[in-house]
Amino acid sequence: MRTHFDEQLEQLHLELIRMGALCEDAISAAAKALLEQDAALADKAREAEEEIDRAESDVERLCLQLLLRQQPVAKDLREISSALKMISDLERIGDQAADIAELSGYVADASDTGRTHIGDMARATIAMVTDSVDSFVKRDLELARSVCAADDRVDALFEDVKREIIRLISTDSSKGELALDLLMVAKYFERIGDHATNVAEWVEYSLTGVHKINN
Amino acid sequence: MEKLSPRRRAYDRTMHVLLWLAGGVTCALLVFMIGYIFFRGVPNLTWPLLSGQTSYLKDTIGILPNIVNTLYIILVAMVIVLPIGVGAAIYLTEYATSHKLVSVIEFATESLAGIPSIIYGLVGMLIFVQFMNLQNGILAGGLTLVIMILPTIVRTTQESLKTVPQSYREGALALGSGKWHMVRTVVLPGAVDGIVTGCILAVGRIVGESAALLYTAGFGLVLNDFVSALHSSSATLTVALYIYANERGETAVAFAIATILMLMTLVINLAAVFAGRRLKKQ
Amino acid sequence: MDSILSVKDLNLWYGDHQALRSINVEIPANEITALIGPSGCGKSTFLKTLNRMNDLVPGVRITGEVNFQKRNIYDPAVDVTGLRRRIGMVFQKANPFPMSIYDNVAYGPRTYGVRSRAKLDEIVEKSLQAAAIWEEVKDRLKASALGLSGGQQQRLCIARALAVEPEVLLMDESTSALDPISTSKIEDLAVELKSKYTVVMVTHNMQQAARVSDKTAFFLLGEMVEFGGTEQMFSAPTDKRTEDYITGRFG
Repeated sequence: MRTHFDEQLEQLHLELIRMGALCEDAISAAAKALLEQDAALADKAREAEEEIDRAESDVERLCLQLLLRQQPVAKDLREISSALKMISDLERIGDQAADIAELSGYVADASDTGRTHIGDMARATIAMVTDSVDSFVKRDLELARSVCAADDRVDALFEDVKREIIRLISTDSSKGELALDLLMVAKYFERIGDHATNVAEWVEYSLTGVHKINN
Repeated sequence: MEKLSPRRRAYDRTMHVLLWLAGGVTCALLVFMIGYIFFRGVPNLTWPLLSGQTSYLKDTIGILPNIVNTLYIILVAMVIVLPIGVGAAIYLTEYATSHKLVSVIEFATESLAGIPSIIYGLVGMLIFVQFMNLQNGILAGGLTLVIMILPTIVRTTQESLKTVPQSYREGALALGSGKWHMVRTVVLPGAVDGIVTGCILAVGRIVGESAALLYTAGFGLVLNDFVSALHSSSATLTVALYIYANERGETAVAFAIATILMLMTLVINLAAVFAGRRLKKQ
Repeated sequence: MDSILSVKDLNLWYGDHQALRSINVEIPANEITALIGPSGCGKSTFLKTLNRMNDLVPGVRITGEVNFQKRNIYDPAVDVTGLRRRIGMVFQKANPFPMSIYDNVAYGPRTYGVRSRAKLDEIVEKSLQAAAIWEEVKDRLKASALGLSGGQQQRLCIARALAVEPEVLLMDESTSALDPISTSKIEDLAVELKSKYTVVMVTHNMQQAARVSDKTAFFLLGEMVEFGGTEQMFSAPTDKRTEDYITGRFG
């Protein structure tokens, strides 16, 4: 029954997994570029971002085609509409990874302590992105919910980073520009956490038919 | 394309000619019959014959009583058979719930339709004339004809009721129409053309019937009013034809009657076709 | 939520075959309820129990209750013709009577004894307007209804059903024989009608159920598997069998 449709849904699933993997690549490359000051990795993050953009438009086309031709309902409808929403979050994650990579060169002389908390944020958000993509791959509701919970930790870390940056400015006002760059990086990580949460929420909707925001 | 082989062509031609001959013979026979009857009958169709009575004293021959008797018997038979036949058909198609009963009745009516009419005459004589003591006359004859044409009327009515789409019935019932209201307003109007055609054909059968009437309506050649005709021996046109041809050797009169009967049959058939078409249109 | 029809533990047999199995449902007033399910699942049978059109089927046996405005319509004291007047029906195939357009619409009112010409004129016009066909036929009311197109005939049948002022309108796959334009006209009509009437429709077209209905009931093998809000049903059905059927992975 509906073999062709099922094949196309499987293809959609695979494309999303690939896009998720690209996001993981982009963000870990960006984080590494930032923490280890590796310019080559920064380029890699930017390349991944372009690849993600292409993947987004591919998936989008596939989703619209499925909506048009198959008039999906129930589980199929949820899967396709979730996919459409998820890809814009994934695309934003890619953008922000590229932005972090961009900034990595400018925060070279941040003190180690300045980077510690950012490093924690990076690890936490990478874990969130990985988990959200995994929850989608494995259709794992528990994992998706844990991503939403993990966002609180990232938010808390962001507060820590902010305090640290304030301390940095108050001890050495010549580092104002560095402080702003660091803040931007932290904000990007925080946003990535939010997008990963969105992805997890759409995974949850796709699995249960209930979306957090609707309730 | 290959041409047909000469053998195949010859075969084809032969069959064509044979079939044409079969058709031709049929046509020729028909034309001959009609032509011959008209040829022998029309010259004898005189006004005294049509408007007079047969009298031994005055030595006249007239078939007016027979024409009148024919009309009487049509009237009696149809007045009785219509309500019974149409009613039975409506019951069978619209009300009866037992399929078994319906098919038994349908089989019975079909079998009745195939019985030779002389048997109806015999039974009619025994029951109506002797047992019920109605005497020979239009009433006994009419009742015999009723039994004879009842199956036809029931069948034709049933058939035309069945052609009324089930969806009409459902539509009417879904509007809250009662059963009889539904039958009266939707089913019967839809079936009326078939019923009328069936009646006209039944009239045709009455006009053409003789065997069933010999022992029941009788041989009387006297002009009676309707009421006294019911109980006095009254020959219809077909019976009169038999009398004049067989017992009195008046072949000329017989052919005149034959001509009248043929014309009547023609008119009745045309009426059936016309009525069917006319009512179908509405 | 006000329910106009309340079905309690309804079972129906055709001879030995059980066609409906303990159906329980509350059909809300002034909404469109769609009945969906594969062929032979009992949805049409169920629809016909709501105005007792199943009475016409020989060998049918029914247990349980169908309460129409708090009264069991299978109570022996119930007047079936009166019931069918209040719960009208439109069939799969348009079935106008072989009469004029006017007489078709006037058929029901005349059955109930309306004789006044002026009153009939008023009812006919009002009903044809309610069925969104007045403009198309107002100049040929005396013409035969059989001369109308399929979609017009179906709307005429709706007008005919509305002429007796029912409270509920049952539609048995009423658009399945129509082209898409006629279909959407009737769908629009159904949505308009629900302000005054309660509509219960059987449909094979799931998109149609999704488009027009407020509630959807899914039938399978004589059971009502699931009943709920249409959006809920088509986005996240609770029963696996519903899911399989509506996503086309049935059986």
